[in-house]
Amino acid sequence: MAQTSLGATSRIIRWIDHRLPFVAMLQRELYDYPTPRNLSYWWNFGSLSGIMLVVMIVTGIFLAMQYTPHADLAFDSVERIMRDVDWGWMLRYAHMNGASMFFALVYIHLFRGLYYGSYKQPRELLWILGVIILILMIMTAFMGYVLPWGQMSYWAATVITNLFSAIPLIGQSIVTFLWGGFTVGNPTLNRFYALHYLLPFVILAVVLLHLIALHRFGSNNPLGIDKRGPQDTLPFHPYFTIKDLFGLAVFLLIYSFFVFYAPNFLGSSDNYIPANPMQTPNHIVPEWYLLPYYAILRSVPNKLLGVILAFGSIFLMFLVPWLDTSPVRSARFRPVYKWVFWLLVIDVIALGWVGANPPEGLVVTVGQIATLYYFVHFLVLFPVIGKLERPRPLPASIAAAVLQGGTGARLGTAGAPVAKP
Amino acid sequence: MADLTQQNVSGAHAEETRRDFLILTATAVGAVGVAATIWPFIASLNPARDTLALATTEVDLAPVQVGQRLTVAWRGKPVFIDHRTPEEIKTAEDVNISDLRDPQPDSARVKKPEWLVIIGVCTHLGCIPLGQKTGDDRGPYGGWFCPCHGSIYDTSGRIRQGPAPANLVVPPYEFTGDTMIKIG
Amino acid sequence: MGKPTLAPLALMVLALTPLSARAEATPSPPRQQWSFDGIFGTYDRAAAQRGFQVYKEVCSACHPVKHLYFRDLADLGYNEDEVKAIASTYQVTNEQPNDQGQMFQRPARPSDSIPGPFPNDQAARVANNGALPPDLSMIVKARDGGPDYVFGILTGYKDPPPAFNLLPGMNYNEYFPGHQIAMPPPLSDNAVTFADGTSATVPQMAHDVVTFLTWAAEPNLEPRHRTGFKVMMFLIVMAGIFYAAKRKIWATAH
Repeated sequence: MAQTSLGATSRIIRWIDHRLPFVAMLQRELYDYPTPRNLSYWWNFGSLSGIMLVVMIVTGIFLAMQYTPHADLAFDSVERIMRDVDWGWMLRYAHMNGASMFFALVYIHLFRGLYYGSYKQPRELLWILGVIILILMIMTAFMGYVLPWGQMSYWAATVITNLFSAIPLIGQSIVTFLWGGFTVGNPTLNRFYALHYLLPFVILAVVLLHLIALHRFGSNNPLGIDKRGPQDTLPFHPYFTIKDLFGLAVFLLIYSFFVFYAPNFLGSSDNYIPANPMQTPNHIVPEWYLLPYYAILRSVPNKLLGVILAFGSIFLMFLVPWLDTSPVRSARFRPVYKWVFWLLVIDVIALGWVGANPPEGLVVTVGQIATLYYFVHFLVLFPVIGKLERPRPLPASIAAAVLQGGTGARLGTAGAPVAKP
Repeated sequence: MADLTQQNVSGAHAEETRRDFLILTATAVGAVGVAATIWPFIASLNPARDTLALATTEVDLAPVQVGQRLTVAWRGKPVFIDHRTPEEIKTAEDVNISDLRDPQPDSARVKKPEWLVIIGVCTHLGCIPLGQKTGDDRGPYGGWFCPCHGSIYDTSGRIRQGPAPANLVVPPYEFTGDTMIKIG
Repeated sequence: MGKPTLAPLALMVLALTPLSARAEATPSPPRQQWSFDGIFGTYDRAAAQRGFQVYKEVCSACHPVKHLYFRDLADLGYNEDEVKAIASTYQVTNEQPNDQGQMFQRPARPSDSIPGPFPNDQAARVANNGALPPDLSMIVKARDGGPDYVFGILTGYKDPPPAFNLLPGMNYNEYFPGHQIAMPPPLSDNAVTFADGTSATVPQMAHDVVTFLTWAAEPNLEPRHRTGFKVMMFLIVMAGIFYAAKRKIWATAH
């Protein structure tokens, strides 16, 4: 909306804006920003993720005001928050379940990117920044989980930091260095707390870069074809602000259900037992969003190789823009890739199931097959399918497709495919 | 796209009004939601229940003999309890109020004249005055003496000499029995 | 995308389903009916008070509840005087030493936490053949199966099957992982006499003490449910309004 006649207020704003053009920037990037008019609800997940980041930071800061980062006091300080601090239970459950929600949103956002080719030229750097955000999130979540100093906190920290001992020659020294001692202990807890507080702000900065990269070329869309003019887009406000707000309301319903009615469903009951360095829980299991990587780690009989593949499964994501050789972005027009994509989804869920269960019998077999398929999918299927597949003809333009009221695939003339880098 | 010139003008206007109303409602509902969300965060900074549980202290006065003084902790501060002798009470009551820097009659500072309950924190810069232990210097008025900057209090805990601006504070308390008080 | 998204979602739900005690086919305890079940659940205060009595008279001989404070008992329906009376029956170590520099005992106040039976873990082990009776203030949240599991343990004692190798000093329990539990059966009929006249059978005492222990682990369940209801109702209305606004704004765009 243009400035109203609120005289003095708008004069002050204009004075500031002339010197620090934040209003002009907001107007450009949030109000007028031309967004493809055919975006589906799968495009809500980016803004939802951004909102969750803010929610996690705010709940985290208020929790930090009450938490004590010392091995002897941490568990009790969390219980004090749950019992004695006004609304403390809500802060804690919101932060705890918020982490799960954050990962769920980001994973859906990531898979949306994989399906619609949002990582393809010219958005490679946008994708890479996203993978960096994911890695920072994993680090933050891992360290955050240690802070309540429950059994699972302590032993997950022990197992995962011990992974570094797989590094030849210097491995054990690195682990001792990470621990600040001879086992996970108070020095470890303190440094994890400091880093857990710091990293979300690093994530915030990378998200800012992610948004700048996004706005350079604008959002991708379900058809995967570039916009050709104003007829293909709508201003972000009010069309997509209201759509994002609606999506937010629906998401908050799901989030609230967990926080208020099933706050411990996604967690491990073992973490309500105070950490005991002398007793390992029967089954050490990470939180659900880390299960696939855990499954890959355990599926490989060789310790070092398992570590390499587990970390590799994430670092592989950096290469996706170059592994996929298809000239077409969106899976809507890729008849083979379309099905193979769902194989990856099933594979990742299977890996999750494998990670959640003790490594015996069928679980081991499925784990090995699923791990193998994961790497085959990216390293073999991506390049091969891109080359061999015959894509369906692309619509002439976004506007044309929208007017047709469908995918636009019935249009005879193919639009120009996406240029390869 | 509908050609507006062909549409009934009042129909178009009604559409806009409905749309504005919807947007207004959405904004109002959103604002209420934001406010309702912010409130618990602010409230979490209030003293927590464990702190509040220590907000009141009960003291049994029976073991305190006439002329004896007792120090108890209340909300992290010392509270001086003085079982005053009749002489101390008389001295406190006989003082000319207009002579005081912080005028206050003794009767306004006690519930039962033989029991003086005051917070043992000097009103100058917060030191704890001497006078509670036998052998302590009580200053020339028989009350309390603050060693930090020389503030001197009388048998009613009122400031008589030295830099302190106000009398020693009387905390909220009540007698829950003949010899039981609840502070706070 | 237009492709079936339900199948992967169903798989995800399956994968997320928390696994109950999986040690060597120990059976899952049967589901019980609890007053605090469901989204409208509340704590049956009468049962919780009876449960507190069971804890005090039976369990507290070996098990602490360090996260409970006497003042918390007010939430079970005890008034201020009753809470003070209950507290004063316990002795606790004063936070500060006396004027001679010695630590001393004094009657507990409502602001104190409920003291446990042993001064430290080592003393607890010595008194229990090396086994450490766990703190009970979080036990219902700290075990898969929660209240059903704890109820199962308390009522699950039976004679071991013929071929079972029961180690000396251990007791056979149907639902404890591995079936061998160090704790002897704590409950027997009429071990406690309830003030309200309820018959103190083992299942009754188990039910009541589990209600108490669930409250001890999750004292804020009722405010949480109440707030949740208001939040969800508000969000449903808000989602509806936002959806209507979205449709209105987009009406000319499609």
